[in-house]
Amino acid sequence: MSNTDYYIKSYCSIKNQRVSLNGSILFKDESKSYIDFIKATYKNQNVKYPKFFKMDNLSKLAFLAADVLLKNEELNTESENNIAIVFSNSASSLDTDRKHQESIQNKESYYPSPAVFVYTLPNICIGEISIKYKLYSENSFFIFDNFNADHLFTYSNSLLSSNKADAILCGWVEFDKEDNYEAFLYLVSDKGNIKHTKQNITTLYNT
Amino acid sequence: MDALKQELKENIIEQLNLEDMSPDDIANDDMLFGDGLGLDSIDALELIVMLDKSYGIKLTDPKEGRAIFESINTMAAYITEHRTK
Repeated sequence: MSNTDYYIKSYCSIKNQRVSLNGSILFKDESKSYIDFIKATYKNQNVKYPKFFKMDNLSKLAFLAADVLLKNEELNTESENNIAIVFSNSASSLDTDRKHQESIQNKESYYPSPAVFVYTLPNICIGEISIKYKLYSENSFFIFDNFNADHLFTYSNSLLSSNKADAILCGWVEFDKEDNYEAFLYLVSDKGNIKHTKQNITTLYNT
Repeated sequence: MDALKQELKENIIEQLNLEDMSPDDIANDDMLFGDGLGLDSIDALELIVMLDKSYGIKLTDPKEGRAIFESINTMAAYITEHRTK
């Protein structure tokens, strides 16, 4: 199968207090803080997954963006799904890394939180999504200075053409302090209406 | 002891991010793990840190936690006997 046979089946964006799916706004909220916004989004999307509240900020963002996409896929979460995950960002898990660092800063008050520490890697958010949707396939989390459509395109095509996965959930999920959050995730497979090209990925990301 | 139990419930809800749960939702003899509140292994570690930070109790053997963290009643009894602050 050549590269041109793959398609962007659906895409989701969460930024500027808005959640959109395939270009249409699903939810918007005037909450000033990210924490209030993401909680309002969770309730609006009727997610019902208590572990969400234990996640760090990056995982909450990635989890909800993935949830918006995957709940329309009607996956059987009782069996394994061969969907790979390829994520990227620039801040890695820096927001949580800082929280952990603060908790070990003072030797007189040295109480690192295990619940914070377990999120001091960016790819933990991939695990959260994989657990919920039973995604048993390849996964990678890349760190770039900026959104890198080139790399995501090439890597996804490689996974699909080598039959490593039936579909790829990929994109950019970034959280670095309250006012800097953005998720842009999309599903690539051999079905869909938008051709999987670097240009289309870039266009959708910038929408 | 009742004040301590109330305090424990509030701390557990806050520290373990038990959203949409209030102290009234936790009975003193509810199982904290398993079929009760459904806490997990990371929560158990958080409770060990909480014992140290809030009550000056250092658990050197994590296996001790199984009996101590069985319920609010068992936690309160252990803290009352061993607290250093």
